[in-house]
Amino acid sequence: MNTFSESLGTALALIAGLDPALAAIVARSLAVSGIACVLACAIGMPLGAWLGVARFPARGALLTVLNTMLALPSVVVGLVVYLLLSRSGPFGFLGWLFSFQAMVLAQTVLVAPVVAALARQSVEDAAVAGGEQLASLGAGTWLRSVLLAWDERYALLTIAIAAFGRAVSEVGAVMIVGGNIDGFTRVMTTAIALETSKGDLPLALALGIVLLGTVLALNALIAALRRWRMLRDDRVLALAGAPA
Amino acid sequence: MSALMQLRAAGVRFGAVRALDGVDLRISGGERLALVGANGSGKSTLLRLLHGLLRPSAGTLLRDGAARQAMVFQRPYMLRTSALNNVALALWLRDARWSAAREQALAALARVGLAEVALRSARALSGGQQQRLALARAWSLQPDVLLLDEPTSSLDPHGKREVEDLVAAFAAGGTTLVFASHNLGQVKRLASRVVYLEQGRVRADLPVQEFFDRRRLAEVSVEAELFVKGEM
Repeated sequence: MNTFSESLGTALALIAGLDPALAAIVARSLAVSGIACVLACAIGMPLGAWLGVARFPARGALLTVLNTMLALPSVVVGLVVYLLLSRSGPFGFLGWLFSFQAMVLAQTVLVAPVVAALARQSVEDAAVAGGEQLASLGAGTWLRSVLLAWDERYALLTIAIAAFGRAVSEVGAVMIVGGNIDGFTRVMTTAIALETSKGDLPLALALGIVLLGTVLALNALIAALRRWRMLRDDRVLALAGAPA
Repeated sequence: MSALMQLRAAGVRFGAVRALDGVDLRISGGERLALVGANGSGKSTLLRLLHGLLRPSAGTLLRDGAARQAMVFQRPYMLRTSALNNVALALWLRDARWSAAREQALAALARVGLAEVALRSARALSGGQQQRLALARAWSLQPDVLLLDEPTSSLDPHGKREVEDLVAAFAAGGTTLVFASHNLGQVKRLASRVVYLEQGRVRADLPVQEFFDRRRLAEVSVEAELFVKGEM
């Protein structure tokens, strides 16, 4: 108990004092996951939106694969990206293994299916309500995907925030492809694992608090966004004269 | 009179379900054709087929390639943007420049009495206003044929009247109407010809005066006569 309270006190002091080592790890974590999230959204949202509207023979099988990838273990993603980037792998020539780029790539691969699957569901629900009417106005499959994705932009924003939360809190993939190199590829989750095993509990705890705070802030943001949308929708319904 | 649209032994299947079966129909310019029948009789499917949203699984559909079409649905879908942008988008999708599309959209909104709410969120409009907005969106495309799928079924009497008046005005301007309706009073007021559908087949196809002549209707289709009797 004494160790815990002492560690907690030191951890809070590290956070309050903006410890440079701590700040560097946090900044690197946010950068890796932020870039990965942007890339995953750039890939996953158009793909998901298209899948929400398009109809083709193998669609059902593709959706099954995509939904399965929602539960993709991060260590498996790490292993696959490791094999691809290793010297003997097909992308070994890039020299990315144990680098910032490798971690970004691994988290992008991990999160893109999540974004695509959730975006697909969101756009497909919108397409049920309005896809046919947009088609009747002359919008083809791609244009309908774009218009419905834009119409569901608040839902997609929530998906992007959730994707960032998934990326920043994962440890397996970045550990394998980044190597947890001090000052280079060490991020919050890998540092927590290492510092705990070394017994440096204050730094691990400080990182844990920051990570928890980050995830908490993201959840609060999602909740605030939902609340804002509900209030907005209520206002719209009230203006439309719908019964309460 | 030349046909704008013609169906020959047309059928539509959804899996094992025959939504339309052996439909022969010829629609000429200037007609005001009402489709009536019970729920599931194939009215909406027929409208979607005529509009090209569905393909016939049997028979043929011939359409005058030069004739422009627009369709208004029972529950109009409006994007999360202004009423003006919703109409302008329809024009932009038909290759109009965005600035010109917005100008034409404003004229269309004025036509249906919605100019003052042009910049309001389309989803903030009442049901009746949204249906008028849908009519403005369709009318802005200057269609030769306007297809309407129960356009007033979810509206209150005032909203029904407003929409009906607009539809009548479009028809008076020469637009060919094809509309599905459960409201036989509305059919009497708007239609020049009535097609009765049952289980995906055309059971009666008569000028409106003959359709509402019980004896004449009974000669053509007992089912149609019973339907009208029940609805009236």
